[in-house]
Amino acid sequence: MMPRGIEEEYIRLLRDYLTGQGEDKLYDAQQLGKWMLQQDISPEEMIDLHGRALEHLGDVPEFVRASFSVLTEVMIEYGNEHRAVTTLRSKHKQLQSEMAVASAMQKSLLPRELPVFPGVEIGLVSVAAKQISGDFYDIVAHDNGRFCLTIADITGKGISAAMCMSMLKYAMESLGEMLPGPGEMLRHLNRVVERNTDPSMFVTMVYGCYDTNRHSFRYAVAGHEPGFVYRARDGRFYDMEGQGRALGICNDCSYVEREVRLEVGDVLMLLTDGVTERKIDRDYLQRDELVAYLEAEVGASAQAMADGLYSKLLALSRFELSDDYTMIVLRRT
Amino acid sequence: MIVADLYPETIKIETEADIVAARQVGRNMSRQLGFDTIMQSRMATSISELARNIFLYAGKGTITISPVEREGAIGLQVTAVDHGPGIPDIRKALEDGFTTSGALGAGLPGVRRMMDEFDIQSTLGEGTRVMIVKWHS
Repeated sequence: MMPRGIEEEYIRLLRDYLTGQGEDKLYDAQQLGKWMLQQDISPEEMIDLHGRALEHLGDVPEFVRASFSVLTEVMIEYGNEHRAVTTLRSKHKQLQSEMAVASAMQKSLLPRELPVFPGVEIGLVSVAAKQISGDFYDIVAHDNGRFCLTIADITGKGISAAMCMSMLKYAMESLGEMLPGPGEMLRHLNRVVERNTDPSMFVTMVYGCYDTNRHSFRYAVAGHEPGFVYRARDGRFYDMEGQGRALGICNDCSYVEREVRLEVGDVLMLLTDGVTERKIDRDYLQRDELVAYLEAEVGASAQAMADGLYSKLLALSRFELSDDYTMIVLRRT
Repeated sequence: MIVADLYPETIKIETEADIVAARQVGRNMSRQLGFDTIMQSRMATSISELARNIFLYAGKGTITISPVEREGAIGLQVTAVDHGPGIPDIRKALEDGFTTSGALGAGLPGVRRMMDEFDIQSTLGEGTRVMIVKWHS
């Protein structure tokens, strides 16, 4: 609806402009346009207002008057679009706030602080490319100096990834103090994912438990890119062993358990493909290039290594993060 | 009063010329009811959209335009009826942006927003019935 007084004001504006054709009047007109948009005045109402205003300025030729019918008819379509945008805007706002809730809920699934143990440092960097992350990680302390860690990448982004993540978290949590071995844990999670998500969804994961008495990490892999082990004795990085089908692909997959022992100065790095699949200029980062960057971080604390590598890779890809990035570093001291 | 002097009219929709005829009837009746020029045009546009949906998706049908009176208010009611394929997902047909995908229900969200009342019933394989009302403010 047209607010009162607007017609008079518009006529005055037209009249002023017609006498001097000053740019200042056009500036006023622009400001008026902003105000009218705020008042939610549609394009066709504006056309109608203009037509009525003309009648106050002098004799309007019949063809001009009649032409307004055509203009009005055309502008109704613009008006429909204008009204649609208003609706979409409020819908968008609602989606944004739902997204914020999902994002906050997702964060609550991640550990708030990392456990601390003598003899081994834990470093972590996890950054979501968008509001909702498809990466999942968890580090849980158990008795007898053990902690178990999970690093996973969920296919698909957004809400579906967040929902799958909460399912994984609760599937693990529901086992309570019953602590299955890594192979058995992946079997269990595979069944959960397979039965409860749509067939196109799957999860890659490394799950393992670190025994701080023996400094051994026993783990199993489900379709996840293996990480790296740094051997201080050799002064070089090795690929971690292990493969296995991603969770959610077959209904009765089994997963081989492996063990890696860390000597003083050795480092274990687990990561998601956001770390490795990274375009630098036009080419993808090669694994040996990544190793070279890793080598430059050797000697620092676990957290400093993780931070250092992240900032280096981020700078290399011009501060753009196209995929979720998660890296966990374990360093025996 | 005025309403008493106006009778409902039903226009058969089979060709594009029928769409124009329905628009014309709607515009004339809106004018006679004292709707302002914008409302006349919005009425004509809405009728146009409903008639076009009949023409494009059902092949044929009818548009009935009638003056209505309720609790002292007067308005114009338009009912579009066809025996076409029906709309599979009405909620979707009323969603913004759905129309641009070129599927059924073209222009319906726009019509719904321009009118005061909007009702749609559709059964797959049997047809669609859309009813709109605009009250004189």
